[in-house]
Order: sequence, then C-alpha cells, then structure tokens
Amino acid sequence: MSAHTEHATMNIKLIVWRQPAADKPGQFETYEAKNITPHHSFLEMLDVVNEDLIKAGKDPIAFDHDCREGICGMCSAVVNGVPHGGHERTTLCQLHMRKFKDGDAIYVEPWRARAFPILKDLIVDRGALDKLIQTAGYVSCHTGGVADGNAILVGKPQADYAMDAAECIGCGACVAACPNSAAMLFAGAKVSQLAELPQGQVEAPQRVAAMVNAMAELGFGNCSNHYECEGACPKGIKVKFIARMNREFTKALFLEKIGAISTVKVASDG
Amino acid sequence: MILDGKAPTGKIQDSWDKHRFDSLKLVNPANKRKYKVLVVGTGLAGASAAASLAELGYQVEAFCYQDSPRRAHSIAAQGGINAAKAYPNDGDSIYRLFYDTIKGGDFRAREADVWRLAQVSNNIIDQCVAQGVPFARDYAGYLDNRSFGGAQVSRTFFARGQTGQQLLLGAYSALSRQIGLGTVKMFARTEMLDLVVVDGEAKGITVRDLVTGELRSHVGDAVVLATGGYVNVFYLSTNAMGCSVTANWKAHKKGAFFANPCYTQIHPTCIPQAGDYQSKLTLMSESLRNDGRIWVPKKKEDCGKAPGEIPEEDRDYYLERKYPSYGNLAPRDIASRAAKEQCDEGRGVGPGGRGVYLDFSASIARLGENTIRERYGNLFEMYERITDENAYKRPMRIYPAPHYAMGGLWVDYNLQSNIPGLFVLGEANFSVHGANRLGASALMQGLADGYFVIPYTIANYLAQTKPGKVKADHPEMLKSIADVKGERDRFLSINGRKTVTEFMRELGVLMWNNVGMARSKESLNETLQKIPAIREEFWKDVKVSGTGEELNQQLENAGRTADFIDFAELLTRDALQREESCGGHFRVEHQYPDGEAKRDDANFAYAAAWEFKGTGKVSELHKEPLKFENIHLAVRSYK
Amino acid sequence: MRLLSDSIGRKVVMAITGLLMVLFVVGHLLGNLSIYAGPDGINTYAAKLHSMPVVVWITRIVMGIAVLFHIIISIQITLENNKANPTKYAVDRSLRATFASKNMIWTGVVIGLFIGYHLLHFTVRSLPGVVLLQDMLGRFDVYSMVSDAFSRGGIAILYVVAMVGLFLHLSHGIQSTFQSLGLNNPKTMPGFTTGGKLLSVLFLVGYGSIPVLFLVGLLAK
Ligand SMILES: Cc1cc2nc3c(=O)[nH]c(=O)nc-3n(C[C@H](O)[C@H](O)[C@H](O)COP(=O)(O)OP(=O)(O)OC[C@H]3O[C@@H](n4cnc5c(N)ncnc54)[C@H](O)[C@@H]3O)c2cc1C
Ligand code: HEM
Ligand code: HEM
Ligand code: SF4
Ligand code: F3S
Ligand code: FES
Repeated sequence: MSAHTEHATMNIKLIVWRQPAADKPGQFETYEAKNITPHHSFLEMLDVVNEDLIKAGKDPIAFDHDCREGICGMCSAVVNGVPHGGHERTTLCQLHMRKFKDGDAIYVEPWRARAFPILKDLIVDRGALDKLIQTAGYVSCHTGGVADGNAILVGKPQADYAMDAAECIGCGACVAACPNSAAMLFAGAKVSQLAELPQGQVEAPQRVAAMVNAMAELGFGNCSNHYECEGACPKGIKVKFIARMNREFTKALFLEKIGAISTVKVASDG
Repeated sequence: MILDGKAPTGKIQDSWDKHRFDSLKLVNPANKRKYKVLVVGTGLAGASAAASLAELGYQVEAFCYQDSPRRAHSIAAQGGINAAKAYPNDGDSIYRLFYDTIKGGDFRAREADVWRLAQVSNNIIDQCVAQGVPFARDYAGYLDNRSFGGAQVSRTFFARGQTGQQLLLGAYSALSRQIGLGTVKMFARTEMLDLVVVDGEAKGITVRDLVTGELRSHVGDAVVLATGGYVNVFYLSTNAMGCSVTANWKAHKKGAFFANPCYTQIHPTCIPQAGDYQSKLTLMSESLRNDGRIWVPKKKEDCGKAPGEIPEEDRDYYLERKYPSYGNLAPRDIASRAAKEQCDEGRGVGPGGRGVYLDFSASIARLGENTIRERYGNLFEMYERITDENAYKRPMRIYPAPHYAMGGLWVDYNLQSNIPGLFVLGEANFSVHGANRLGASALMQGLADGYFVIPYTIANYLAQTKPGKVKADHPEMLKSIADVKGERDRFLSINGRKTVTEFMRELGVLMWNNVGMARSKESLNETLQKIPAIREEFWKDVKVSGTGEELNQQLENAGRTADFIDFAELLTRDALQREESCGGHFRVEHQYPDGEAKRDDANFAYAAAWEFKGTGKVSELHKEPLKFENIHLAVRSYK
Repeated sequence: MRLLSDSIGRKVVMAITGLLMVLFVVGHLLGNLSIYAGPDGINTYAAKLHSMPVVVWITRIVMGIAVLFHIIISIQITLENNKANPTKYAVDRSLRATFASKNMIWTGVVIGLFIGYHLLHFTVRSLPGVVLLQDMLGRFDVYSMVSDAFSRGGIAILYVVAMVGLFLHLSHGIQSTFQSLGLNNPKTMPGFTTGGKLLSVLFLVGYGSIPVLFLVGLLAK
C-alpha cells in the first residue's frame, strides 16, 4: 500500500458493552484492536476486531450500520460517553481513527434510554422514533391531485430554514445524549420543518399537539434545556427548533383554550 | 422464447393515457380492502408504492431489513431528481427528457416505458412539494433547477446535497401516515429470503425476523419487489453494506427472469480506496465536475510527487483532450473508463495508483474560494473528513466506483415480471435506463413506479384474481419455510475457517478486475472458471458462528454473499453473451480505433432476460427485441 | 392539549412561575438594599410595605401559588426524567449541559428549604432568639432583627449557602425560560444567557453581601 497507509499503525484498547439479548444481562468486555491505521473508520476498526473474534470462534460485536457515509442514521454507539464520539457533524461511521492515538482506551456503549431497549450488544430498538412520526410527523396529503410545485411560493429563507431542520437523519443520538432521554430535538426538527412550510402549516397545531403527547407515551423524558442533544447531533440540528416547537405548542394551546381551534384529529380525516 | 413487453403501440404521446383506459381494469372500491399486497423494500419505490396502495384501500404489508423504512439507501442520493417541468424556459419538454433518457441509455430501453417516465416526472415534483420536501427555491419563491450529469437543460430539482434523503423522507412520511392509520403493517429488520409461487402466481414470501431469527411466511394476493440494486456484487461500491441481490435472486430462482445483469454503472467521482480493510466507497456528487478539472501526470515518475510540484505542461487533462465539447462533463461511463485507462497506464495517483486529480485551483482563481465553498462546501468537508486532505489547497483524488444497477428483474410495461402477481419497481427492475442511467433519473424512476404506475397496473392484475386464494398453511408456504430453514442450518453447520467477509472480498476483487469497467472474452471466461471454485470453497469452508434463533449478522451476510456468488456468474455470462459495447457495458473487443464504445444494433438491440436453470447450471437466455419507432438509433457521441 | 400534564405545557408553567419568582427576588433585593441606608432606611421601607396590606397579600398569594406549582411540577418532571433515563454511561462527559443545569432539583430544594426557614425567621418571626424591638419612631425594628441574626455565624453562613443555591439555580434558569417559552432565537440567545448569568451574580452579591458584611462587622449592629 502506498504513502497513504504507511502511517504508524496503532493498538487500541476497547471496552465494549456486550449483551446477548434484550432480556439477558450485559457487561463490559475488553478487546485489543491491533494494527489500526489512521484511515480506518471507527466501524472498520470494529470490523477488524470482529474478524478476529469470529476466527477465534467468539461471538462478534453486533452493531448497527448501513450506508457508512453519514446519511442513513443507522450507526449508533456511544464512544467515551458521547454518542457518535462527539466530533462536529460526524456520525460514528465517519469518525476516523486518526482522532485517536496509539494505546488509547475507548469505551463503546449502546444508546441508553428507556424508549430504546437494547436488542444486542450495541444495537438498540429505535422504533419509538418511527412511532413518533406515525402519530403526526407528516403532511396529510394524498397521492396525486396536488397543486403544481410552483402554485404555492416558498421564500428562500423559509425553504432554507425548513431544509436545516429536515437534515435530521433520525439516528437518535439526541435522545442518547439527553440526560432526560428526551426526543425534543428530533421532534422539534420535524415540527419546525413542517410548520415553516405553507404545505405543513395547515396542520401545525394538530401535529405539535399529537407529537408532544406521543413523546410521553413512548417513554421519552421532558426537556430541561440541557442542550446536550445539540452537541451530539451529527447533522448540526440546533435547539432553536425545540424553542420553535415550544412556541408552536404554546400557540396551539392558547388557540385551543380560547376555542379558536381543535387539535383533536377525527379519524376520518385520515 | 421471444418475450413481449406488452408495450402499447400507436402514438407514443398518448400511449400511457390510452393504456390506462383501454387495457387496465379497476378494482371496485368496496373490494379493495379484501386484497392484500406484500411490498418488499421501502426505499423510494417501495415506500411510495406501499403508501399509495394503502391509501387506495388495499391491505398492505411492507418489509425492510433496516430498523426503519427511512434508512433505505435512497437516502444516499445527493445530486437531484429530474422532471420535464421546463420552468427555466430553456427548451426542455417531456419529449426531450424522453429522448435524452433513451439516448443516454444507449438505445437499450423500451420506448413506451421511458415515455411514461418522462410524462409522470412532473407529477412527482408536485407530490413531493405537497409532502413538505424542502426543495431549493430562488429568491422569488419558485423552485430552483440545476443542470446535472451533462444534461443541456436545467431540469434537475434538488434539496441541498440530500435530495434522495428528502424525497425518501417524503415517501416515508406518507408511509408513516398509513402505518399510523393501520392500513400498512410495517415489518422492519425483516429480510425476505424466498418468494412463494403457487400455481405459477406469486402469492407470498418467506422472511427472517432479523431480531428473533424467526422464519415466517406472509401470504398476499400480489407481491411487489422494490429491493434496490446489486452492485455490491463488486464488494466495494457506493451502496450501503446491506444492499444485496438476495430478494431479486430468490425470485429469480423461483422463475422470474433476470434482465441485463451486465449493465452496471461505474460512477467517476468517488473517493479512492485507502486500504484493503476498506468496507465501502463514498460518492461525491457529480456536480463537482462542473468546476473541477480532471488530470493525471503526463510522466509516470511524477505520480509520487505532490500535485503542486507538477508543472502545468506536465499535466494531462485527458477528458478535455479527448472530448473537447463535453470535456470534464463527459457522461459517467466515458469519464470512468478514461480514468481507468490513465491508471492502468501507470499514471494514477494516491494509494495503489488508484486515483486521478480533480483540481479546483483554476475555478478558485476564477471565482474565489468563497464561491466554491458555497457550491461544494459540504462535499469538501466530507472529503476532508474521510481523507484528511484540504481540497481547497490540494486537488481532490477521485476514482470510479460501482454505483448503480441498470439491470434487474425483467418486467413488462405494467411492471409485472414474467411471474403473474410479481411486480418489480425501482432499481430492482430493468425497465427504463437501458445500458446506462443518466444522473438524477433513478430517483425519478423510483417515485414514478411507486406513486404513479403501480397503483394503476397492479389493479389490473388484482381485478382478475380472487382475493385470499392462498392460505398460510398451503403446502408451498410450508415448503418455502422448510427450504429457507434448510439453507440457514447449512450455513451454521459448516463451521469452516474463512469469514463471510473474506469470501465477499475475494468475489468483489475478481468481479471488479475482470467484469468491472472493461470486459474481455478472456477476463469473462476466466471469471466463469473461478466463480464455481469460490462457491465450492464457500460452502465447504465458511465460518458462521452463533445460532439461527438470535440477531446474527454473520448469518445475514452469509446468505447475501451466497446469492452474490451465484448472481456474479449470471452477470458475467450476460456480459460474455453481449458481444458489443454499450453504455456501462464495455467489451474491449468492441471499440472504435479511438477507444469509443462500438454498439451493434443489428444483433444486440434486445433486452437479455435470463431464466434460472439450477445453481451452477447455465441459465437460458430469452430475448425481448427493442423497437425504436420514435427515436432513430444513432451513435452516442460526446466528442 | 393540557397545560398541567403535557410535557411542554408544564415546561411553560415552570418558566412562568420561575420568572414570577425572579421578579419577586428582584423587588425583594431592591427593598433589602435599603438596609445600607441604615436602620431608618429599611425600617421605613418595611413599614411602608406593611402599610399596604392589599399589595402585600396579593403578592403573597400569587407567589404562594407560583412556588407551589413550581415545586410540584419540578418534582414530577424530575421523577419522570429519571425514569426515562435509568442507566448512565460508563464515561460521564458533557458537551453542553452544565453543573447548574444538571442539579436544578437540588439547588431548588436548597432554595425551598431556605424559603421555609426564612419565612419563619423574618416574616412569622417565630424562631427562638429573633430580636423583636421597636425603633425610636415606634416602628418594628427590622434592622436590629436582621443585624442581630447575621452577626451569628451559623445563620449568616446558612443564608450565604442559600444564596449560592439561588445563584446556581438561576444561572441556568433565567436563560432557560426564554428557550422554554420559545421567546429566543440564535441571535438573542447568547444575550439571554449572559444576561441571566449577570443577574444571578447580582443576586449572589446583592443578597450575599448583607449577611457577610454584618458577620465581618462592616455593617453596624
Ligand atoms: C451514493 C448514491 C448516490 C446517488 N445519487 C443519485 C442522484 O443524485 N439522483 C438519482 O436519481 N439517483 C441517484 N442514485 C440512485 C438512486 O438513489 C437509487 O437508484 C434509488 O434510490 C433506488 O431506490 P429503490 O427504492 O429502488 O431502492 P432502495 O432505496 O435501495 O431501497 C431498497 C429497499 O429494499 C429493502 N430490501 C432490500 N433487500 C431486501 C430483502 N431481502 N428483504 C427485505 N427488504 C429488502 C431495503 O431495506 C430498502 O428498504 C444514487 C445512488 C447512490 C448509491
Ligand atoms: C422552591 C423550590 C424550588 C424548586 C424545587 C425548584 C426546582 C426547579 C427545577 C427542578 C427546575 C428545572 C425544571 C426543568 O427541568 O425544566 C427549575 C427551573 C427553574 N426555576 Fe426553580 N425551583 C425552586 C425555586 C425557584 C425559585 C425561588 C426561583 C426564582 C427565584 C426559581 C426559578 C426557576 C427558573 C427561572 C427555572 C427555569 C424554568 C425553565 O426551564 O423554563 N426556582 N426549578
Ligand atoms: C440576605 C438576604 C435576604 C434578606 C436580608 C432578607 C430579608 C427579609 C426580610 C427582613 C423579610 C421580612 C420583611 C417584612 O416582613 O417586613 C423578608 C421576607 C421575605 N423574604 Fe427575604 N431576605 C433575603 C433573601 C431572600 C431570598 C433569596 C428570598 C427568595 C428566594 C426571600 C424571600 C422572602 C419572602 C418570600 C419573604 C416574605 C415576604 C412577605 O412578607 O410576604 N428572601 N426577607
Ligand atoms: S436531531 Fe440530530 S441527533 Fe437527533 S435524530 Fe436527528 S440527526 Fe440524530
Ligand atoms: S439535551 Fe435534552 S433536555 Fe432538552 S435541550 Fe436537548 S432535549
Ligand atoms: S452507517 Fe449510515 S449514518 Fe452511519
């Protein structure tokens, strides 16, 4: 291999959470990751460890991953106390070993939150985030028969704002990072994106009401404005979207209390 | 056998509208809820289909292997999605999009299908806007367009660098709404491992619950496959780790014809491989080629040097040299092949000489660093995150990587495979891209198939079948489960010495070197020699630990790898059979003196649809002749 | 939608009651600073205050309700949050959360206990050893009550501790209210944050100085 991988390789000590299944107890196990180059991604480093484990007839470390380019939101592990390792705008799969040095000891744990039960090792069940979207994280439009894309103008600032919010990849790191395991950043981003666009404004009050209610039912915590989520978010989603959700909620609450609107959706509206 | 695509005849302009009225039956609204449709795959194609069908009143069950439908690899699409809206008033039209797609596909696609795609492309944009997809807008509030992938009109709609993700989130939200309403049952972390065919019709699937390991059958009145592409057969590709040919291959084994497997697209602007440990390749949007100049050192001995030390006169801007009019914007297949040639001649740069420079210094000098940052900031960031190099200071290194599968299961005009009741959508089918796909047209196809085609065409099939014909305890269902269980236990019982990944790497390297960008009779025959050996060793010496009744990622990969090995053979055979060069398929024997692809319309203007005859056995080739009544065949020149 | 049980609804109540209490603390500080004008100053202030029973009682009722809701909800949500996040990470590293933000409940409890003690001390004046005199104008002598209390190390220190608790509570709390009510944006947020911190420091110094100065004898007994 050429100039690029002739770097001094490093050996890393991994302390990894191993848990055979949801209903079984788990504990930390220590492994050696040998001859890792700075160009290995964190997941490729885990691959190396796993290949050794398999050959040694041991159970490899189970971890979620798919695109390995920071966009699908599948990869998820807490590295030394911070989801995705805590480098700005970087998912775990994009975290490269050049951020570590020879001899480092690294703790690797799954997302921890009551709403995210552990399935195996580093893999958790994030279905609660999908359920949250299913309650109202959408625009109730039907397929076909919609207006022309340019029929309703959307100012560039609005479109950009909505895009900022829409960048969320649904990884759940915000929940994992939040001392209260709250899903406010995730929900706030969706509520803000759709409340900002004329297409979504129509249902904004019903949406925020339903989603806030669902968060509690799904076992997520409340927001205490720790802002830890913003620090951990690999897509740079800002807590201003939580503020926006609070605003949308308060507005809807007020309008409902004075009888101007109802936030209860009747089933028929589909 | 001569296949019939059942494409409508007559004036192409009203072919789809006439077909919908004349040839497609409707299902009585009251009866819709009696029919159950199984949708495998929830990417753009699957999610949009599941949502639309559920909305119409059918019972839908949807499946994906990720933990959420929102993660399908459609999210990776950066560039954008085409539509013939002609908003910029630059001469675009449905007919031009139709024409460009046929020509771009090197005249190997069915005209009527492509016309329909171009026709519904405009509805797609409207649909996505209505769902709240934050497309780029100009200051007046109108939708913004860019020209993409060498197109001469600006017809590409985009949402920052994440068009695919935003479109998928749109489809995902529509799907989520239906799940919330209980009209769609969603099965995530569930992998389809067999298609159940009863009396010649697709009536169910067998799946493995990836969490519990449970093997289950699901019965339905029709099955829709939207399971994506297969270029992971090269191991290193821009696809996600989980992308596989498994669903398609299992259907193929049950009788579905596999069409044009040799049409694979190699994308020119990917980040080169850094080492052998590497698990996947990352694509950088083609738009980079709008402002970057591609070059390699003229002299081999310069390759080791830092690019800055190589004087202008010692640089070879080979695309500009060979294709004066298109220059750095030459189509993907051409740009990729040119890069490979340079590297094969020993003038590649970076690790293993697998790379060429994409140089922005000229445009930075012309437009200033800020403009470049505005245009490509996120891409430069991504490049630095992965390579630790600053592309504002030092030219990027790029290299081609397998990216897209034009081939797929054969479908007729109604997107129905040769097995009645089995429909195939999106990248999983072979329909519209011919031998080469144009940029920003796969997202368009996925959503066209799902939102605007399948809702009509599936009705025509369902209207002619009795709902609930087959029950879960049907012998074929039970047999399917038994077969899947048999294969699973076989993997677990081998307990050999080599890991699944080692086999996948081995296969990938073989396929990339011999069946990748340039193919020859020798390289293909050699491959056909070697694959059976790999297969044999795999089934003798693969090591899969753990059990079947738990979350077992080795087991998942073992299954996918086994199918890739079998599929690789078919892909190679198809490439060998196609004695011409067209689009993504380049046979070194068939080129003009200047190295351009030499198509053979007289003998190869057909879709090659393969019928499975047993593992290791030679599949049977069926041909669907392609007629070009609206666009006359021409040599695709980008000089 | 429900104000008192929805997550964000309660958040709003926390913010509003919190702000009300902040207002009180501001007013109360201004009043207390009259102590630097000597016995006459604060005694006049106190007398004036009590000459307006309506105002006093309205404030008491409003504040009473505020404190009540604030406390009840704070305990509710703290319990809920602990339930939502039962297991902590092996490595405890924070990127944005602060000591103050993570200990709101405890600094709150400190303030709560303090308020209880403080009321018995200076308002009900039922604690043993509280000096209850009249000044020469026959007004109740707040000054001697306070000065006597603070010249005793124990009490003074107890007050200072409470003030530290208040400082921590508000150094997170004040900016937090703007986020909770969605009254901020990325531009104004830094302002609210520093503003909130300054105000809390002001409270710490303003209130804290009184017991300290009496203790070290810089304020005449
Ligand atoms: C990096 C990259 C960039 C691209 N950029 C563009 C672009 O700019 N413009 C453009 O038009 N196109 C682009 N493409 C192509 C385009 O993104 C894809 O072709 C398209 O999104 C495919 O969509 P799909 O729905 O057919 O498949 P996918 O989105 O891949 O979905 C496949 C689905 O099938 C499921 N699945 C697969 N196998 C099984 C199984 N055995 N059992 C159960 N479920 C299964 C998966 O879980 C997933 O839900 C790009 C592709 C890549 C890789
Ligand atoms: C009496 C006992 C008190 C208790 C137990 C208490 C507890 C708490 C708790 C737990 C929080 C955090 C709420 C959350 O997590 O969102 C909080 C917030 C707050 N408290 Fe208190 N507190 C008390 C008294 C006070 C007092 C006296 C003040 C003002 C002088 C005050 C001002 C605030 C403010 C401004 C907030 C921020 C509200 C928000 O986040 O929007 N608290 N309190
Ligand atoms: C060193 C600091 C403080 C001093 C010297 C002080 C002094 C006093 C005095 C003298 C009174 C009685 C006034 C009267 O009835 O004439 C009083 C009342 C009160 N103080 Fe303080 N105080 C201090 C800090 C605080 C703080 C930090 C709080 C709140 C968090 C507080 C809350 C109250 C309340 C609620 C009352 C009762 C008001 C009423 O009569 O309804 N005090 N304080
Ligand atoms: S907000 Fe950020 S951290 Fe939370 S899910 Fe979305 S991307 Fe992940
Ligand atoms: S970390 Fe948690 S407390 Fe709120 S600001 Fe973020 S959700
Ligand atoms: S694996 Fe897709 S974001 Fe990390």
